[in-house]
Amino acid sequence: MMSKLRFPLSLPVLTLTASLTALPLQAGTLRIAIMGEPASLDPHKISGTWENDVVGDLFEGLITEAADGERIPGVAESWEISEDGTVYTFQLRQDARWSDGEPVTAEDFVFAFRRILTPATAADYAYLLYPVQNAEAIYTGEAEPGTLGIEALDDHTLQITLERSTPYFLDQLSHYTAYPVPRHVVEEHGDRWSRPGSMVSNGPFKLQRWQSQTRIEAIRNEHFHDADNVALDQVVYFPIEERNTALNRFRAGEIDVAREFPTQQYRWLRDNLPDATHTAPFLGIYYYVLNSREGHPTADPRVRKALSLAVRREVITEQILGTGEEPAYSFVPPGVSHYEPAIVPFVDMSQEERLERARELMSEAGYGPDNPLQLRLRYNTSEDHRQVAIAIGAMWEPLGVEVDLFNSEIAVHYADLRQGDFDVGRAGWIGDYNDAQNFLSLLESGVANNYGAYSNEEFDALMHEAAETQDLDRRGEIMAEAERLALEDSATLPIFYYVSRNLVNPALQGWENNIEDIHRSRWVSFEE
Amino acid sequence: MLLYVFKRLLQAIPTLLIVITLSFFLMHLAPGGPFDGERQLPAEIEANLRAAYHLDQPVWRQYLIYLGNLLQGDFGPSFRYKDFTVTELIAQGFPVSLELGLWAIALAIALGLPLGIVAALHRNSSVDYLVMGTALAGVAIPNFVIAPILALVFGVLLAWLPVGGWNDGHWRNMVLPVVALSIQQVAYIARMTRASMIEVLGTHYIRTARAKGLSEREVIWRHALRPALLPVVSYLGPAIAGIITGSVVIEQIFGIPGIGRYFVQAALNRDYTLVMGTVVFYGILIVLLNLIVDVLYSALDPQIRYDD
Repeated sequence: MMSKLRFPLSLPVLTLTASLTALPLQAGTLRIAIMGEPASLDPHKISGTWENDVVGDLFEGLITEAADGERIPGVAESWEISEDGTVYTFQLRQDARWSDGEPVTAEDFVFAFRRILTPATAADYAYLLYPVQNAEAIYTGEAEPGTLGIEALDDHTLQITLERSTPYFLDQLSHYTAYPVPRHVVEEHGDRWSRPGSMVSNGPFKLQRWQSQTRIEAIRNEHFHDADNVALDQVVYFPIEERNTALNRFRAGEIDVAREFPTQQYRWLRDNLPDATHTAPFLGIYYYVLNSREGHPTADPRVRKALSLAVRREVITEQILGTGEEPAYSFVPPGVSHYEPAIVPFVDMSQEERLERARELMSEAGYGPDNPLQLRLRYNTSEDHRQVAIAIGAMWEPLGVEVDLFNSEIAVHYADLRQGDFDVGRAGWIGDYNDAQNFLSLLESGVANNYGAYSNEEFDALMHEAAETQDLDRRGEIMAEAERLALEDSATLPIFYYVSRNLVNPALQGWENNIEDIHRSRWVSFEE
Repeated sequence: MLLYVFKRLLQAIPTLLIVITLSFFLMHLAPGGPFDGERQLPAEIEANLRAAYHLDQPVWRQYLIYLGNLLQGDFGPSFRYKDFTVTELIAQGFPVSLELGLWAIALAIALGLPLGIVAALHRNSSVDYLVMGTALAGVAIPNFVIAPILALVFGVLLAWLPVGGWNDGHWRNMVLPVVALSIQQVAYIARMTRASMIEVLGTHYIRTARAKGLSEREVIWRHALRPALLPVVSYLGPAIAGIITGSVVIEQIFGIPGIGRYFVQAALNRDYTLVMGTVVFYGILIVLLNLIVDVLYSALDPQIRYDD
């Protein structure tokens, strides 16, 4: 109850004392508009990107993110991975400290991992830690938290044992689900430990104040091991759901970074605030699922290929949407770590050649002007999805394809996709983590989110081989080979890659676009 | 009088109970739950969440648990804002909404009443048309149109005032939201005052007062004003309750940490405890303000007495 009551009687006094002070502009304060009010600042109780913006400045995991999103050592100084890729042994930094001066120990990680997986914690994102031995069994109540595959060998040596080799596990350790929590504070304050006053953290900043729905203030943590290289004194996060409000406040100079802007304003921003407007490839794909199940015309690879050839992706991104998205010719977005996406084979053909080839394929498959192809296209209700669907329907018309559009709300839509009740269905996928496997596994036989039921033994074998490969670059090559197969088969129809949208004060240095759209304030400074 | 107030308060208990019961069951009838989202949670995760919030129990038992906690003044934890209890959220947000709302109502009365009176006294003149035309526009233009325009003009283009934020209630942050919040109220009050003033001015006792040779000023101030205010006062009760519990639109657009947004957001998030908390709180406010209005009536109108 920090708020004070102030009654209208104070009006004359207020007016007299009111000087025309603008908001104080301190060089060392970064003001960020985040997209919503955090549900919590406890890393075990959050699931949103806006919460990550705050919590990621307050805490540091074993691994952390550089300005460009690359993974770098965090609390872990070095590590060894066993031959079979299942046992990780980390040496923790001697100088890692909590903001109250206590050392960060291996025991804090053990405590945190057990806590997030304890059913009573009710952590929504706990499943990201399922690669750890016994994690799933503990979360489902079949095993005791003490049986988790994590152990403190001494104060600064931590050993994590996995269920099976998981090559992207190190990347996952930078996620907030794998942050340490201060055992001594959580045991003292219980669930209320993450509130201002009691919260203690180990990252570059520490929580100072949280006024619900309006601002969160964090100041530099002097105990942070790299505090000397943190330029900012303070970071203030403003939860602003209304994107137009964020834009207006940015234009008025009240905030330095807006983590999203209204898409309709993209052209205006590009023309008027080009230095401040950032759009960058993001770890997400907008695609059409082509139903490979028996009895659907899209089960024929020639039909799938023809449909993909006829879609003019540039027209969709530039003319239909016009909000900065990039046309997609691969299923895995570009920029994923240790991965060079395969590209659809027809990318070098001209539009006429593509259409010509598509017509040939369709007549080979037995469709033409005399025997038009009827397709049912499902999308979840949204104006953008509708416009894209109509445009694509028009692009297919020259092939003699007649499209029936169906739309339903999102929950119903995805249920229909899972049941296979469609020919063509809209879908989108945002990567859970920066790894090609997270996208390509959507095309493996029998996987729940493989809505089109695409099945290719060779593809599955390559994915299996990749999972067994420890060398990350070699693993990437194998997966790219798998993606090439899927693209040749036109397993799905990629349309565009999502982009991240930020407004950034041009006076800020060290703010870099990256594919996961992760930006830690520790790397940012103002021009001198 | 005291007895009357006491009786009214007693009557409020069943009213509130009905409100609570209806909202509770309607809320649970709505499709979807607090943990349904775009990304389907694994079944065991959802089961753990449901158990943590007693949602695995039958609805009637949840209802009894809720009532029991409520009697002890406990609104429960918010499903969505996990670091706060519902009581804390209301205690943080309500003073802000209250402050903003009282300013807006004060402004609305300070402008609306004189405008309405002037219009009534100069009935069918150009002054009247001007005032009522503007008021009509004020009623017709919704505040989700006015608020962004105010922010754009005074915040971004002229840069006189902050576009948004609360800044611990600094007056500069309050000007735009207070104006945006009060425009419709000014218009309503002006129109209502004018109508009721015109009606009163046509009554016999005003004619008698004029016939006695009283000056026009005395007629208005001593005889016409009080009865003319009655409908306005009865309008103000619910209007104040509405305005001090915050406006979703104004709070979202200006980034104000009031409780208005909870009414809508909590319902959309299916944040059951927060929905119930705001409903109960709003219910109590309405009951109290209506009572205050009824008491004020007796002060304004000698024909109304609560002596039983």
